[in-house]
Amino acid sequence: MGIKIILDNCTGCKKCMTGCPFGEIEVIEKKALVKEGCTLCGACQEACEFEAIEVDRPALQSTADLGKYRGVFVFAEQHDGELRSCTLELLGAGRRLADRLGQELAAVLLGDEVEGLWQNLVAHGADKVYLADHPTLGLYQTESYAAVLTAVISKYMPSIFLFGATTTGRDLAPRLASRVNTGLTADCTSLEIEAETGLLLQTRPAWGGNIMATIKTANDRPQMATVRPNVMKKPTPDTGREGEIIPIPVSLDPKGIKARVVEVIKNHDWSVQIEEAEIVVAGGRGLQNAENFEVIESLAKTLGAAVGASRPVVDSGWKAHSHQVGQTGKTVQPKIYIACGISGAVQHRVGMESADMIIAINKDPDAPIMQIADYAVVGDLFQVVPELVKELKSRRKKGESAI
Amino acid sequence: MRIVVCIKQVPDIAEMEKMETDPETGNIIREGLPAILNPFDEYAMEEAVSWKERNGDEVIAVTMGPPQAEDALIKCLSMGADQAILLSDRQFAGSDTIATTWTLAGAIRKIGDVDLVLCGQQAIDGDTAQVGPMLAENLHIPQITYVSRLVLEGKYITTTREVEDGYEVVRCKLPALVTVVKGINIPRVPTYNSLSEAMDKEIPVWGAEDLDIEKDRLGLPGSPTAVTRVWTPESRSQGQVLRGEPSELAKQLAEVLLNPLQN
Ligand SMILES: Cc1cc2nc3c(=O)[nH]c(=O)nc-3n(C[C@H](O)[C@H](O)[C@H](O)COP(=O)(O)OP(=O)(O)OC[C@H]3O[C@@H](n4cnc5c(N)ncnc54)[C@H](O)[C@@H]3O)c2cc1C
Ligand SMILES: Nc1ncnc2c1ncn2[C@@H]1O[C@H](COP(=O)(O)O)[C@@H](O)[C@H]1O
Repeated sequence: MGIKIILDNCTGCKKCMTGCPFGEIEVIEKKALVKEGCTLCGACQEACEFEAIEVDRPALQSTADLGKYRGVFVFAEQHDGELRSCTLELLGAGRRLADRLGQELAAVLLGDEVEGLWQNLVAHGADKVYLADHPTLGLYQTESYAAVLTAVISKYMPSIFLFGATTTGRDLAPRLASRVNTGLTADCTSLEIEAETGLLLQTRPAWGGNIMATIKTANDRPQMATVRPNVMKKPTPDTGREGEIIPIPVSLDPKGIKARVVEVIKNHDWSVQIEEAEIVVAGGRGLQNAENFEVIESLAKTLGAAVGASRPVVDSGWKAHSHQVGQTGKTVQPKIYIACGISGAVQHRVGMESADMIIAINKDPDAPIMQIADYAVVGDLFQVVPELVKELKSRRKKGESAI
Repeated sequence: MRIVVCIKQVPDIAEMEKMETDPETGNIIREGLPAILNPFDEYAMEEAVSWKERNGDEVIAVTMGPPQAEDALIKCLSMGADQAILLSDRQFAGSDTIATTWTLAGAIRKIGDVDLVLCGQQAIDGDTAQVGPMLAENLHIPQITYVSRLVLEGKYITTTREVEDGYEVVRCKLPALVTVVKGINIPRVPTYNSLSEAMDKEIPVWGAEDLDIEKDRLGLPGSPTAVTRVWTPESRSQGQVLRGEPSELAKQLAEVLLNPLQN
């Protein structure tokens, strides 16, 4: 691996200086000059508009070097200073893998004034926390995050690097894998260590869950995977655990970022966040119109659930497409999925079939969804659902434990 | 302005139930499965073509795949692409997402002067959503993923990006790569005329020799990941069927919901 300045192409524009997160490139006498501390993160190459910088990473590392990569790293995703629940799930999974390998578990935390989160990461299983704290990292932006993480990989050489299969993880992990030239397995639902080889066995559903595939990255490092939210168990925190925090100094210039977030619009409607919800209440064409969706929403509210929808519901404009479950919508894996007035076409099923428990409410006992439901309720949803809401509310009043 | 849309032909999942697996390897026998243009790529195509209608952009559809992937390209031409290119070669076989992007990047470099690359959010066969970001990295251009609104203004794009808890507005100078979600538009349905015109168009086929890429980046040898085992999970079977008065059903369901572990 190395970095080269092609002097003929270099115009001395200083875009690389602005782009370097570590202040390791300078322009002297109109030519770029790389300093000793260069992490080969590649940010300057991305920033350069004149193809004057080449960062070289050979396609295959020699197998002799594979052993130098050690430890399980987890990307600690936080939003607005709060850890996402999938981060804790990843720590649980990562801890297990690290113990199997007899190696360390590290969390990599990026953000703005997020240092306070490190103890929580340790309590959930991290031995080390690498922290890059900088105002420019306050918002997730692909280029700055990818640059810092590339540097982390070059310097600390993890054997395994895990991300949540969230919008952020699915944007960042492939960018990073491509930059360091390693394999990446998307949306894993199970991770194991192969006994003979110590390799990471990454298992994921493919073809909409109709088949499962186990995937290995044998000759490249780190072995990277994104992990589906809600599948791995969150560990019980142990506040007595000891860990170490290791700062990663960065000097980012926001001007160096090309794809810039200029505005953030928060949607405080929890009911849209169907991918991480423990319960999803979904409605289909059986609802007949947009107003009737009220029935679904009131059940969702009572259960603290998110609201899902089948495609006709979205295509008719009753619900925004962010609620759609299925092949051209989202894949969810909640603890409980309640399908109301949904027939269960294969394109819908592939988005929800791996829920722990499926409850279907349908007039038609022969609807395909009823054949896969743990509880196939034959009835009119306009009668059953309101009754259920009433029942749940009255039990809650009586103090029966709610989920 | 030149827009490249990366598209993929995928098996039609509705036919999946009839799907057969090879008894020896457990691999799916893909041959003979009806195939469609990846639905997310239809949104990407529509987006490109609708900008072309407004701005006079040039739209080129590109796919890497077997010879029959030509059918998906014909659909793109019938939607309004000016040109379609098929990347097909035995050497590309067995590509994982990284190797796929080396091939696609090679083609995009060969096309040259590309301002905007559009991809679907994901392909419905593998659902990885990896090709877009990996391709952007390979081309050293910025990426914006999960885009539900795209505005082109001269050398800049402004996009609305969907995230779990809302939206982000992301602005970027071209060239860039954008992956689109379903909500971005409603794809047009090709007419009989546009389809027959598309069938008459020449679709060039580029192989490994036509692209300036090292051989060890392509196909199976260029793929860091390897599938070691494939199996069909046990399909779900029906649990209890509940019938009766709505109030009775509600009581039973409340039990299930309030004591999920005991049931
Ligand atoms: C390329 C492609 C991609 C697709 N992607 C998706 C996807 O991502 N997600 C998706 O959902 N679909 C998708 N589809 C569409 C899918 O094939 C089905 O058309 C769709 O899922 C059907 O939706 P539904 O179950 O709501 O409607 P229907 O099939 O019309 O079912 C309505 C059900 O409601 C029941 N019902 C009616 N009234 C009542 C009542 N009062 N009480 C109780 N039950 C009642 C009926 O018995 C029936 O079973 C896709 C299709 C294609 C071709
Ligand atoms: N073989 C291919 N040829 C062209 N484009 C592809 C190919 N595979 C994936 N893509 C593009 O990348 C997107 C994401 O695919 P995937 O990463 O496979 O989920 C698709 O929607 C296409 O736009």
